[in-house]
Amino acid sequence: MLHTRTIGELADSLERREISSVELTRHFLARIERFDPSLNALITPTPERALAEAAVADQRRSAGERGPLLGIPLIHKDIFCTDGVRTSCGSRMLDNFVAPYDATVVARLKAAGAVMMGKANMDEFAMGSSNETSHYGAVKNPWDEAKVPGGSSGGSAAAVAARLAPFATGTDTGGSIRQPAALTGVTGIKPTYGRVSRYGMIAFASSLDQAGVFAPSAADAAIVMRAMSGFDPRDSTSVDKPVPDYPAELNAPLKGLKIGLLKEFFDGLEGRNGALIGAALDVFRSLGAQTADVSLPSLPLSVPTYYVVAPAECSSNLSRFDGVRFGYRCERPSDLLDMYKRSRGEGFGAEVKRRIMTGTYVLSAGYFDAYYLKAQKARQLITDEFRAAFERVDLLLGPTTPTPAFGIGAKIDDPVTMYLNDIYTIGANLAGLPALSAPCGFIDDLPMGVQLIGPHFAEARLLNAAHRFQLATDWHTRIPRGYA
Amino acid sequence: MMQDWEVVIGLEIHAQLATKSKIFSGAATTYGAPPNSQACLVDLAYPGVLPVLNAEAVRMAVKFGLGIGAKIANRSIFARKNYFYPDLPKGYQISQYEEPVVGRGSLQIVLDDGTTKTIGVTRAHLEEDAGKSLHEGLANASGIDLNRAGTPLLEIVSEPDMRSAKEAVAYMKKIHTLVRYLEICDGNMQEGSFRCDANVSVRPRGQEKFGTRAEIKNLNSFRFVEKAIHYEVARQIELIESGGRVVQETRLYDSDKDETRSMRSKEEANDYRYFPDPDLLPLEIDAAFIDSVRASLPELPDEKAARFAAEFRLSPYDAGVLSASRELGAYFESVVSLAGAEHAKLAANWVMGELASALNRDNLEIGESRVAPKALAGLLARIVDETISGKIAKEVFEAMWSEGLGADEIIDAKGLRQITDAGAIGAVIDAVIAANPRQLADYRAGKDKLFGFFVGQVMKATQGKANPVQLNELLKAKLSGGP
Repeated sequence: MLHTRTIGELADSLERREISSVELTRHFLARIERFDPSLNALITPTPERALAEAAVADQRRSAGERGPLLGIPLIHKDIFCTDGVRTSCGSRMLDNFVAPYDATVVARLKAAGAVMMGKANMDEFAMGSSNETSHYGAVKNPWDEAKVPGGSSGGSAAAVAARLAPFATGTDTGGSIRQPAALTGVTGIKPTYGRVSRYGMIAFASSLDQAGVFAPSAADAAIVMRAMSGFDPRDSTSVDKPVPDYPAELNAPLKGLKIGLLKEFFDGLEGRNGALIGAALDVFRSLGAQTADVSLPSLPLSVPTYYVVAPAECSSNLSRFDGVRFGYRCERPSDLLDMYKRSRGEGFGAEVKRRIMTGTYVLSAGYFDAYYLKAQKARQLITDEFRAAFERVDLLLGPTTPTPAFGIGAKIDDPVTMYLNDIYTIGANLAGLPALSAPCGFIDDLPMGVQLIGPHFAEARLLNAAHRFQLATDWHTRIPRGYA
Repeated sequence: MMQDWEVVIGLEIHAQLATKSKIFSGAATTYGAPPNSQACLVDLAYPGVLPVLNAEAVRMAVKFGLGIGAKIANRSIFARKNYFYPDLPKGYQISQYEEPVVGRGSLQIVLDDGTTKTIGVTRAHLEEDAGKSLHEGLANASGIDLNRAGTPLLEIVSEPDMRSAKEAVAYMKKIHTLVRYLEICDGNMQEGSFRCDANVSVRPRGQEKFGTRAEIKNLNSFRFVEKAIHYEVARQIELIESGGRVVQETRLYDSDKDETRSMRSKEEANDYRYFPDPDLLPLEIDAAFIDSVRASLPELPDEKAARFAAEFRLSPYDAGVLSASRELGAYFESVVSLAGAEHAKLAANWVMGELASALNRDNLEIGESRVAPKALAGLLARIVDETISGKIAKEVFEAMWSEGLGADEIIDAKGLRQITDAGAIGAVIDAVIAANPRQLADYRAGKDKLFGFFVGQVMKATQGKANPVQLNELLKAKLSGGP
């Protein structure tokens, strides 16, 4: 079956002319048409455009061009601007917004010949951990449709888990790639802050946002990462550093690799979760890796720190949605203030408003020092402790999430419990570190992930470790029942 | 009453930097383009776009900093100033707050009595301008023109060192001269390229503590600065003397009514929620960059004035006037280099006199002068070699100005060459004496004043061309009965 093959295998088939990109794209479009009405993973499918792009990819190949993504279909998270296609960011605010340009990530993958099949559902403005805050309705987890797929990149994760696409893009501000990857049994990587351009990616929290990939395996993710990454002069925070050949480095042996076990991740870890992480560690040890205990005493400050920094930035980033130049504008405003109030009041959902208000509060005169400045100090402490840890170990390993996927509706009315879902993932964002989640087993028939965190720009090492792990295990090849 | 009160003024000057593109986008900055034709996606704050700092704007800010002897910050931070307004597309202005690029510096102004005073510059920081709201010709609607949005500004904040409207204007003019010297701002005040906010307060003379200040926004001419401050000072004094209190507030100057009006009080002021802009890295400036900018600095106004005074033996006043702009200084130096440094004072008198008034009359800039430096030097040469007198030279200059010809051509065409032949002048004197025997008798009887009468008669007879020095000597001798 085409949809169970790896990106490498599909590229080989395309190169050998066993299939065309148009045929491959049709196959996945048919799966979207069949499964998505219940999954709700896509906000805007773009089948006609996909077939046109696939035809172009086939022509490029006929003209002698080659490339690991030439003619491979994908789905973009609806946070990336796509020229001529609605880019909603999961919000009523941008329901009518057709982007007039391509995000750098979109342009790079297009240049590599990847074929866009549509835009994935997501939590509104990427604010959420369950994909329930989307204006377009919750996404269902293909492993159990009563459960959430995680968020905010829930649509991308569910689509790859259900094999509606060979890969999908996502963004990760506090865990928005790794958490849904874990909860849907796929591989997800959030690169180092600055590795992938943020240009054209609608900002949630600029100092934390980073684009990444969902794919069944680390080997597939490595191919996509190589195409997406690199310096972009239009993003001042992107880093001008050569992009390694990630696929070429996948097979390096793990002998001697020093894996750090974070005390703060293992203290109080739920038993079955702990057993899965322990089993994953055994696999790494069997591959020659060594382990060492590591402690980051400030890491428990991650969640409160994040929920000051991220809302502060979002409260300012989302000010441009004012009803003046694009997006939602209320009916018949009576004056300017009325237009602002109602356009924003009606255009944004509850979680977005909660964060804008929190952020406005922590930046206000009289509160700035106690909240924003203090959070920046905590962030610096956490970053310093990670740096010190990476002087002793090559990678850190731990769980991605505290629990498997929870029920749709179970936590949506309790923001604090919802926020605690990101307890293991937020640290990497605060420190700007690359991190990856790979499938490592099941609890109650629901997938779980093991998280690897590396020092800055150690994406190759993360992908290499995950790939060797996946050569020794088959968790990543499991497909939810009904989607085979 | 005025002598009981001391006026305290600080200015915040906004100078638009003369970069070709905007401070955070590649859109052009040309003034006067059709609305919204120079606003790209970044200026429109479309979802997903990001700012990228224009290096030229940084260079210009550093230039200014070096021009006022300020410390250039090795590391400065861009911050977001958050507020909602339709001509502010992002809902925040990118500015610098706690860590500006230019630190403390100073410059000198010349007071009426000729003494100088040092005015401190607290800081100067980079920021982006907002767009404009347009209300004219639109029924029940406002138009937004975002062409100006993102134009780089240097905000130059002074210490509260000025004690009168005159000092404030002198300071503003000094900054105006400096930014044009440095070629970082076109200084066009009508187009809003150079404007200021004035912080004004009064206190009883002798009191150390400052009075409560009012900020007068957006003054875009030197005259308005002076008038607005005068009005505001009088208003505050009157208010206090009648038992009231000045409140801290923002006021607007209405030039039609010549008054300031309250815009908003401190209580109504926005909480701008400044925080570092996470889309922009800290601006890091190394010593090598600062050195390269320093090496590119032109001679500054004060340096040029000092050099003119020393090199050409000019008075401080003349040196100051001639160095008021780079173009004027260059014109003057060009004339002097052709005429010879020993005639610098003569050149200065002509540039500041006849040339300046002709330019002024025809409303021309020095660069548009109808008499080029070479032509003026040619005229001065004829004065120096006594071909013509200074008086005739003015006539020649007017002809050069209107006809665009050289001095020699005019002199020859009009026959204005000075008569220096002693015999010829003597012959004319003889004739004049012969024709006025009564006056001669009176003169010889002691009426010295009549000397002028004879000079006038000879000049009349020679159409003013007689060399005045020779004329004087010959006339004196002949009137006393000499040969």
